[in-house]
Amino acid sequence: MSPMAVPIADYVGLSAVIFFIGVAGVIVRRNPLIMLMSIELMFNAANLLFIAFSRAWLHNAGHIFAFLVITVAAAEAAIGLAIVVTVFRTSRHVDVDDIALMKG
Amino acid sequence: MAAFWILGITLIGSAIWCITNTKPVYSVVALLLNFAALAAMYLTLNAEFLAVIQMIVYSGAILILFLFVIALLSSGVTPFSVGPNKLPRIGIPAVVVLLIALGFLTYAVNRVTANAFANTSPTSPVGPVGTAGVFGSVADFGKALFTTYLLPFEITALVLMVAVIGVILLAGDQAPYVASQKQAEEVRREMREAILRGGE
Repeated sequence: MSPMAVPIADYVGLSAVIFFIGVAGVIVRRNPLIMLMSIELMFNAANLLFIAFSRAWLHNAGHIFAFLVITVAAAEAAIGLAIVVTVFRTSRHVDVDDIALMKG
Repeated sequence: MAAFWILGITLIGSAIWCITNTKPVYSVVALLLNFAALAAMYLTLNAEFLAVIQMIVYSGAILILFLFVIALLSSGVTPFSVGPNKLPRIGIPAVVVLLIALGFLTYAVNRVTANAFANTSPTSPVGPVGTAGVFGSVADFGKALFTTYLLPFEITALVLMVAVIGVILLAGDQAPYVASQKQAEEVRREMREAILRGGE
């Protein structure tokens, strides 16, 4: 197998940039839908690293776990969107700061 | 090398576009571009099967779920106003996004077919996509998933089951929360009447 054309450090850097764009989205935005999309971005950054290291070491364990992460991300999106729909149905708030039902 | 930088810039640009949009629908479009670029990047890393899974699960299932929720939430809130046709204004960005996505698709098809007809010896680790012994092949992936990594796979099944039950409890029929059967009938009747009145 030919060595990688791009050094692994570049993939780590790209993944870190995407991950922190996702973190910024969760912290800055107050729209629950866009926060969920930012979480998807973070999942994808992690997946990119799994697959890049899998290719670097020529071992397919990274592929397996990237596959499992995709499954968990799908479950997370389904539950997150269900919570958004439920909260929106009862309170009509689109700002997550207004939702303080479970505050002590 | 060039593919990495083109895809990387697309990934970062679409991620920033996704989190800075004010309208969630545009964010979904940006995220679609992001996922397509990521699938193309998986192809450059010899993960053909995961690239397909990325397109099917993320772009096909999760983004459609987001779109459904956006449609559901915005249906009763902002009244539908018939304004000037906005299609010409978004026409150019839409064409650009479509062309970029088409470019990724062409690149992917070229790459996979080039690999599939590569004339290599049977012992070479680089060979037709999907045959056992080649790195990233579906055969090896499936074998590893169902033998070495069977326990994580089964735990994923449990996670999915919990997700299904949780979603049904959260967003399913609201009748369980109504105290009695009679009250539930009343709620349903009121809902029917409200629908029949048609928003008077």
